[in-house]
Amino acid sequence: MQKRIGKQTVRLQTPVSILATASTVGQKEGDGPLGAYFDVVEPDSMMGEDSWEKAESRFVAKNMELALKKANLEAAQMDYVLCGDLLNQCIGTTFGIKDFGIPFLGLFGACATVGEAMSVGSMLIDGGFAEHILCGASSHFCSAEKQFRFPLPLGIQRPQSTTWTVTGDGAMVLAKNKTGPFITEITTGKIIDMGVTDANNMGAAMAPAAVDVLLSHFQDTGRTPEDYDIIVSGDLGSVGHQIVIELMQKEGYDMQNRYTDCGLKIYDPNTQDTHAGGSGCACAAVTFCSYFYPQLKEGKLKRMLFLPTGALLSADSVQQKLPIPAISHAVVIESALPNERNEKRNEKRNEKRNDERKSGQVNTV
Amino acid sequence: MQTNEQAQKSYAQLVKKVSPNSPILKNCILAFFSGGAICTLGEVLFQFFQNKGFAEDTAALLVSGCLIVLSAVLTALGIYGKLGKHCGAGTEVPITGFANSVVSPAIEYKNAGLVLGMAAKMFVIAGPVIVYGILSSIVVGVVYYFLGG
Repeated sequence: MQKRIGKQTVRLQTPVSILATASTVGQKEGDGPLGAYFDVVEPDSMMGEDSWEKAESRFVAKNMELALKKANLEAAQMDYVLCGDLLNQCIGTTFGIKDFGIPFLGLFGACATVGEAMSVGSMLIDGGFAEHILCGASSHFCSAEKQFRFPLPLGIQRPQSTTWTVTGDGAMVLAKNKTGPFITEITTGKIIDMGVTDANNMGAAMAPAAVDVLLSHFQDTGRTPEDYDIIVSGDLGSVGHQIVIELMQKEGYDMQNRYTDCGLKIYDPNTQDTHAGGSGCACAAVTFCSYFYPQLKEGKLKRMLFLPTGALLSADSVQQKLPIPAISHAVVIESALPNERNEKRNEKRNEKRNDERKSGQVNTV
Repeated sequence: MQTNEQAQKSYAQLVKKVSPNSPILKNCILAFFSGGAICTLGEVLFQFFQNKGFAEDTAALLVSGCLIVLSAVLTALGIYGKLGKHCGAGTEVPITGFANSVVSPAIEYKNAGLVLGMAAKMFVIAGPVIVYGILSSIVVGVVYYFLGG
């Protein structure tokens, strides 16, 4: 079977299960609209440590352990751990997972990292190179502000187009031949540079990458937005979300009814002062792990197109007035496989029949 | 997706259309009143010190010192940052803003050590103000020397 379809898309021969997910976030995220969905809300954003970087690593360690626990697996059973974050040389990840003893492939896709981890992980499993893979991504508002912008106590005004970096970690265990939901297709994005230089408008910098990967995905698979229950981008916020809708409209795709963004979901801009929405590696990761995964698991969502988005900038590149190139990786997640879906339907029908029969019997007795 | 120069140009227009603007009028009004309030506080302190019998230049020095200490304490307590969010230039421009810009990186980098962390990073934001402040005062001094008589 040909696994590669089109220029950028692969269709997995054996869809890869997302066995379990875990999400650990900070208090601000816990106070947001998705507060009830997260596994753990940590009231102390320092996590008992003395630096923001160490705190981020604690988020990673705790949440990865939780993901393993929820999957009923040990670290020793993982063939790879695939994850990354926003800090220089991915130290948030390194110091979080260094004691796990799992073969590690560090990933950097900025805020699209979770999509990259899901993509690489499921290809490794489908290729027969691994049975279980732990993957995820993390970010921390304070460590990101320190690295990319200004020290936290500095009294400055944030422009309205800025987004708020999510504090937390989202992690999932991928496995071969288990229960749904399944990763079925992957469209790997290209770097797109539309010449945006404003580091206070990441949504605008990243939206073209999301559009590009969407167009490639639809072209490669022959699908349209209507083929998905929901299409979810990573952290474009209100500005990038609107741009995607407008650019896709120009290309002849109507996204309006089924397209949303994790950055729009995670905070309430009216009460939480987050301006254009949420961002950071953890934005897409925790929103998927906490909010969308259960809906896929229960079958409320049948097929989801998930496209985390990342801005590939550094503090230096911004100071040198370089543009902000962006990337987005699309992953298709289905609640059940087509034949399995039919089976489930039949099962339900049989159960219903049995119930009716039973109740009928009770009545006659 | 097209990323050529023309596409970038029309994209920049779309971004401008979609991106929300800062509430400039509101920001200006808040900056005016908050900056004015800090200056008024300075004036109150100035009168206070003069009434206590300090000479004018000593009183002025004491006012600066008090405002700097006040700003440093409020920064350490995390209050000045929150004030800055609303007041903007109002809290940034006076001497208190300068103190805030020195204390903030000092706090943020203290876990990297007292020498290479706190002391080295202390002036990352205020540094340019000092450098160009001194530079322009030299220029003004030279001009004054030749023209001012």
